[in-house]
Amino acid sequence: MTARAIGEADGAFERPGDERDSAEIPRERGGIMGFLTTVDHKRIGVRFIVTAFVLFLFAGVLAALMRLQLAVPENNLIGPDRYNQIFTMHGTTMMFLFAVPIMEAMALYFVPLMVGTRNIAFPRMNAYAFWVYLFGGVMIYTAFILDVGPDAGWFSYVPLAGPEYGVGKRSDFWAQLITFTEVSGLLVAVSVITTVFKQRAPGMTIERIPLFVWAMLATMFMILFAMPAVMVGSTSLILDRLVGTHFFNPAEGGDALLWQHLFWFFGHPEVYMIFVPGLGIVSAIVPVFARRKQFGYPAMVVSLIATAFLSFGLWVHHMFATAIPDMGKGFFTAASMVIAVPTAVQLFCWIATLWTGRPALRVPLWYILGFFFILVLGGLTGLMLASVPLDLQIHDTFFVVAHLHYVLIGGAVFPLFGGFYYWFPKFTGRMLSERLGLWNFWLFFIGFNVAFFPMHILGLEGMPRRVYTYSAAMGWGTLNLISTLGAVTIVISVALFLVNVARSLRSGAPAGANPWDADTLEWRLPSPPAPGNTQGIPVVNSRTPLWDDGIVGEVRGLASSPPEVLVTSGLDAHPDHRMAFPTPTIWPLVAAIATTALFIGSIFTPWAVVWGAIPVTIAMIAWFWPSHAETRRHRALEKPPFAEIAKARGEERTA
Amino acid sequence: MTRGGAALGACAALYAAAAGAAPAQTALDPAGPQAAHIHTLWHLMLWMCTIVFVLVVAAAWLAVLRRRRQALETPQLHESPAQSRRLTRVVATAVAVSGFGLIVLVVASVATDRVLARMPHDEALHIELTGHQWWWEAVYDNADPSKVFSTANELHIPVGRPVIFTLKSNDVIHSLWVPNLHGKKDLIPGRVATAEMRADQPGIYRGQCAEFCGYQHAWMGLLVVADPPDRYTAWEDQQRKPGAEPSDPQAVAGRAVFESTTCAMCHTIEGTLANAKAGPDLTHIASRMTIGSVALDNTPSNRAAWIADPQQFKPGSNMPAHNLPPETLGPLLHYLDTLQ
Repeated sequence: MTARAIGEADGAFERPGDERDSAEIPRERGGIMGFLTTVDHKRIGVRFIVTAFVLFLFAGVLAALMRLQLAVPENNLIGPDRYNQIFTMHGTTMMFLFAVPIMEAMALYFVPLMVGTRNIAFPRMNAYAFWVYLFGGVMIYTAFILDVGPDAGWFSYVPLAGPEYGVGKRSDFWAQLITFTEVSGLLVAVSVITTVFKQRAPGMTIERIPLFVWAMLATMFMILFAMPAVMVGSTSLILDRLVGTHFFNPAEGGDALLWQHLFWFFGHPEVYMIFVPGLGIVSAIVPVFARRKQFGYPAMVVSLIATAFLSFGLWVHHMFATAIPDMGKGFFTAASMVIAVPTAVQLFCWIATLWTGRPALRVPLWYILGFFFILVLGGLTGLMLASVPLDLQIHDTFFVVAHLHYVLIGGAVFPLFGGFYYWFPKFTGRMLSERLGLWNFWLFFIGFNVAFFPMHILGLEGMPRRVYTYSAAMGWGTLNLISTLGAVTIVISVALFLVNVARSLRSGAPAGANPWDADTLEWRLPSPPAPGNTQGIPVVNSRTPLWDDGIVGEVRGLASSPPEVLVTSGLDAHPDHRMAFPTPTIWPLVAAIATTALFIGSIFTPWAVVWGAIPVTIAMIAWFWPSHAETRRHRALEKPPFAEIAKARGEERTA
Repeated sequence: MTRGGAALGACAALYAAAAGAAPAQTALDPAGPQAAHIHTLWHLMLWMCTIVFVLVVAAAWLAVLRRRRQALETPQLHESPAQSRRLTRVVATAVAVSGFGLIVLVVASVATDRVLARMPHDEALHIELTGHQWWWEAVYDNADPSKVFSTANELHIPVGRPVIFTLKSNDVIHSLWVPNLHGKKDLIPGRVATAEMRADQPGIYRGQCAEFCGYQHAWMGLLVVADPPDRYTAWEDQQRKPGAEPSDPQAVAGRAVFESTTCAMCHTIEGTLANAKAGPDLTHIASRMTIGSVALDNTPSNRAAWIADPQQFKPGSNMPAHNLPPETLGPLLHYLDTLQ
């Protein structure tokens, strides 16, 4: 039932004298230089996840501050200047520095493991993507601490964020943060897409790809198409501010509404970039804990792809109050409602899977139950927002604040926490405590609903968003106080999660390779997986390879130094060729530092783009400079295969 | 400090015919046809969505809870063709029902939108409303130019007559929202939009800027007072008059202060030398219920405190603090008192 042990498979294909196999699994360099030069997708993935989670905690603290300020009417705890910076930083961090990056990070860590390859495609580029992301986050928080944090909202509408009304450097920092995170996001997207298309284990045909991987693939395509729109927007914004172009200045023929189109053409798909990976995590957890194969796999895949497509047709529902022609409004209303269909298909398929399974109600599954409750509620309020007339009343009120948190926390954060409980053993080799996990879940679930449900009513009762205070006469005090109590409960819950993680890291129960008896390939490897993941590449013939003896053999003969990866064909995953992968190097870090200098410098002077490009170019050249030693080692491996090896490989192929 | 509440409640008592005593700002208690249509749509959506929510969540939670266990049992790898067919049928039915529900919602939404777009305009009142950081400038239009007048932050409209707003912005994007009467419409610099409303019940309806517009977005309020037609006409006639002529020496001195200090650099009082447009028109300031865009009740003491330090109430406001000596401030306040 479980996977064929790795040792067994090793024995089957071991051929003494083959230099490729004689090398050990590549060892990661230790020490500080090892840390700075690594290109291993798991090390980068973990530090990506940790960084994003730390930023989630920062943004959570900011949210708690906002809730304290709003707890009572006419509160003087935080003034409007600081409050505007706080809510802008909260939104910017959650959307640009937490939600999308942590999903990218989950993809970075798990996609190569799930498709059974040894590293992510373009590993140096991934290292660079992480450093750029980290430096962007450091920049924006440094600006915030120095009181030049952005204060025009995470959406930075012009002209409030433009040169005339957004004085100082605050919005410039925001615009460049977008550049940082988008560069990082696009690079990760390219890597993940390439990995899924070209590095799947032999036999993992397109109808055997795990749903988690499908979800990540759809997400990465969305990133690829949506992020350029916001980069055009943020670059035009910084040009307006820095060199006096007039993209958004109506007095000079520009258009304030153009910004909104560019921003939401990205901004709405972004919601789905956060939510679709959440669906992927749910699809990873549900079958394992329902103890049966996922029902309706083809419908699930089609739904994911449909969601990704449709998400590009809804952006105007953020702009219904801006005098859009009637015809257009009707189209965007219909599109916004149609996107509910693929989500409904997936919900019903999961329910069917759970209904006919024998569900093991462990902490990850509790989080899925929380997901069902919160996401469905948020999705239904989304239908209300898709309706033009109703939207005109609830748009930009606390109703929307409630809606978006129901969708994003329900659709992404609950699956993510479920995913943390599910995969923590894989990351660390240790289990998290179930008891603390239940406390963590229930406090989060109750605290969330207490914090956010009242906001629906507040919005209908007329409370707009983004206000730093409100009059006592409005009668909004009680519900706001209740909401703040809910926020405090969430804080306690997240603190318990951190305690759980700390205790588990010190003294958690050892997990073994596959503590949940799960079905996908990452559970075949020891926890945590070794550098280089796997010596032999599994050959699979099933969608759930660890459940139905779906691993029929291993492809051996890939060198470890320089590390080689098996490249397979796009649809059927036929082995195609071996490819030498890059080795660890310091240059992605150096290039990221040079890029950071360019981006931050350009906040202050356009000349930074000119002079800053020089070190970036130098670092990139050094990065790609071929190493003679490496080439020699690689060529030494290129010799005619021995007859027996050829024969062995032939057997593998037919297998 | 009570802000825009207590005295307003007293004013609202004048409108005893209206339901509430305090100024209303809620989408749940419509006072005009636009808000009423949206309110009906809201109820349809609320009930349909509640039913769907209960069914889906009950199915999901029951699926797990009714047969839950702790152990991870041997996974089931195959479903029988009969089970597979049954599940497909159930899921397909659920999707079809969802699709049908969505069609109902889209049709209801589009139908409501069309009704709203076809409200009668006969004898509409035309108001040009301009958003400023952080107050509202209103110009009551008229075919007869001598009957055009300006006011700020407090609109009076006649009950039962449609009002057509021409919406402009002087600086950043704002959004007009008076939830008891209608949904939002943005005021976007470089663009002109229109919005229609009608109040069918007399009352005071509070509105608020709904698009984030900077420091004082929170205190950019607006009052819409729906008056019975005769009372509205009286108000209109009064607003068309220039500022009251000072009738006592202290008021004369007060006007001199207004005209000769920084007041006149931003504000207008019709009939005086003060005719700047950077701040709200104060020609009939004493007739209004609030100051600072519904930030404070319009009482003499609040006016004094506001002039002395507006930043205390609206940090970031474009009005600077004025450290006027009592012999200047006294007459000024007295003069403002007379501007009914």
